[in-house]
Amino acid sequence: MDFQLTDDQRALRRGMRELLGRRFGRERLRAAADRPRTPEGRETPPALDRGLWRDLGDAGFFALRLPEAAGGVGLGLAEAVLVFEEAGRALLPGPLVATHLAAGEVPGAATGECVVAAADGALVEWMDAADVVRGDVAGAVAMRSADPLTPLHRLPRAVPADPVAALLSAAEQLGSAGRTLDLAVQHARTREQFGQPIGAFQAVKHLCSEMLVRSELARVAVYAAAVTADPLDIAAAGLLADEAAEQGARDCLQVHGGMGFTWESEVHLHLKRAWLRARRGRSAAEAEEALAADAAAAPAGVPD
Amino acid sequence: MDLTYTAEEEEFRARLRRWLARALPALPPRPSPDDWPGRRAYDLGWQRMLHDAGYAGLHWPVDAGGRGATPTQHLIFLEETERAGAPYVGANFVGLLHAGPTIAAEGTAAQRARWLPPVLRGEEVWCQGFSEPGAGSDLAALRTRARRDGDDYVVSGSKIWTSHAEVADWCELLVRTDAEAPRHKGISWLAMPMDAPGITVRPLRTLAGSTEFAEVFLDDVRVPVANRVGAENDGWRVTMVTLSFERGTAFVGEVVACRRVLGELARAARENGRWDDAVLRRRLGRLNAEFRALWRLTQWNVSESARTGGVPGVGGSVFKLRYSQARQSLYDAAAEVLGAAALELSAEWTLDRLSSLSYTIAAGTSQIQRNIVAERILGLPKGR
Ligand SMILES: Cc1cc2nc3c(=O)[nH]c(=O)nc-3n(C[C@H](O)[C@H](O)[C@H](O)COP(=O)(O)OP(=O)(O)OC[C@H]3O[C@@H](n4cnc5c(N)ncnc54)[C@H](O)[C@@H]3O)c2cc1C
Repeated sequence: MDFQLTDDQRALRRGMRELLGRRFGRERLRAAADRPRTPEGRETPPALDRGLWRDLGDAGFFALRLPEAAGGVGLGLAEAVLVFEEAGRALLPGPLVATHLAAGEVPGAATGECVVAAADGALVEWMDAADVVRGDVAGAVAMRSADPLTPLHRLPRAVPADPVAALLSAAEQLGSAGRTLDLAVQHARTREQFGQPIGAFQAVKHLCSEMLVRSELARVAVYAAAVTADPLDIAAAGLLADEAAEQGARDCLQVHGGMGFTWESEVHLHLKRAWLRARRGRSAAEAEEALAADAAAAPAGVPD
Repeated sequence: MDLTYTAEEEEFRARLRRWLARALPALPPRPSPDDWPGRRAYDLGWQRMLHDAGYAGLHWPVDAGGRGATPTQHLIFLEETERAGAPYVGANFVGLLHAGPTIAAEGTAAQRARWLPPVLRGEEVWCQGFSEPGAGSDLAALRTRARRDGDDYVVSGSKIWTSHAEVADWCELLVRTDAEAPRHKGISWLAMPMDAPGITVRPLRTLAGSTEFAEVFLDDVRVPVANRVGAENDGWRVTMVTLSFERGTAFVGEVVACRRVLGELARAARENGRWDDAVLRRRLGRLNAEFRALWRLTQWNVSESARTGGVPGVGGSVFKLRYSQARQSLYDAAAEVLGAAALELSAEWTLDRLSSLSYTIAAGTSQIQRNIVAERILGLPKGR
């Protein structure tokens, strides 16, 4: 047993973080959120950056799990969760999970030339901007999306969930939780009130500690589920990652005070996307029911 | 990221399982919780069995009489013994997990030869005399004084919350040997024989009704200078060294036990009809997620310490914070399953629920753990 990242996995994560830092840094995130309004005062829908999408394709983001013989990178779910964690950290927009899952099945998806959207839960993200839309989207209704970076359609009923999609969403939640923790800690170290950094106040300090505890627990749950690919491990990872991302963004907002409530701050973008991701796949209630049934059925002991 | 055990590790597990299957039926009946001499004898007897089978001090270094096992083997040992329902470390806790490792790391050859073998063989019990009425979370505020008199220290003061004090042979004692020095610089570590004149042990009753710990009054107790481990006034550092023996394995058995209890709870709820309550079911489902993840966190921490050669990260604080909370929620859920029967003191889980209230206090309160996480992992400024 060696439940730690290998050197190659560390390098992969570092590479993805650097790529996203160059291609979708803070400025780009801000620009994506600050779109001009239409003459009628409505929001313009966010546009998909096709150049960035192809760069991701070149970096193997979509073809990561395709066999090398099929032109892919030949890696597994463990590596996939690491790159999706980075995407979540950068708050990268676009139907990343759907296109990744379409690689090898929809021509052009693996290279990033074809953008694929899919029904997930009772939502479809990026339906109008995509080249291909998968799943039953009959009756989809356009929404005014609460997440300014993700156009949404609502479906009359939820579609059955795909466990791999759920795991990759959980990895994005994990990345977002890590980012909001970093933002909170940076702010707590530098912002001064009452003559000292606010991070010296225990009330603030303990908020940050709990953010770390939640995200570290989510991290091992997500990584382990990537190794076992067990649906119950994935269900557990999803619950813990949703909690880490949603509560992490809220706590980060609180640590930022009034600034946390502004459009200009990055925090609300994380919270809104975390809310959105938590609506993907099956509901928390369904995941909890499955885990409860497992507890009642399983023999004593720990998972192998 | 590899969760599979090596062939060697699986072989170790298989051998251990075979031994447990043979050894456990030979155990005497468990003594009642209030029978302290009985508990002492039972716990020491179990340690003796481990010793004779070659499992004593599994994680201790070989030159201290241990087996030099890897952190992963230690994890497997703790997992399998708990799965098999083997006795808990009990009265051997301080000897095996605190005092012993401290002596192994900092003691002289003579000190190691005197104190370590009886711990491994299950012959002597240790207790930990750190906390005082005025020094809990702020341990460095301790005031128990030790004055040099020839070849002895003469010790006066009092300790509190000392677990197993009534049945201990030895006490790892922190005393102040220099009252003028800065707080952390005037402390020494002594091995005090519990039968020395001047020691009074007064048992304290816990909220669970039992006497798990005691007050220990020290009135001019003579402790040979030869019983000091480490240099005079270097006791704080000596004590902190012990922590490096904790390699992420501190709560392995407990997580296994929690998963077992969760299964029992779910099945009990199915039988008594509480399962029809969706709120309760969802609560049990979430606890399943928590304990699955806590098990993975254990494997993560153990793998990390295997890589770093046994030096633990601060991951232990992260683990303890979430585990202690999760275990308390587990027994709260048990009370929901039991309904009115949760107030029946002899009901399964009722005493466990009471005992679990100490988990957020003992061995560093949750508030102290949050300070440690914030200051040492996140680098936030120290506050006052
Ligand atoms: C079951 C049990 C067994 C024990 N066994 C032993 C033993 O064998 N040997 C031994 O030496 N000790 C033992 N202890 C003692 C244990 O280590 C202490 O209880 C613990 O360190 C807390 O100290 P205290 O009880 O004095 O509480 P205090 O330190 O007085 O704390 C009271 C409250 O104040 C909070 N607080 C204190 N300081 C801070 C701070 N800086 N920031 C924020 N909050 C703070 C605490 O979190 C707590 O909520 C045992 C305790 C228990 C419950």
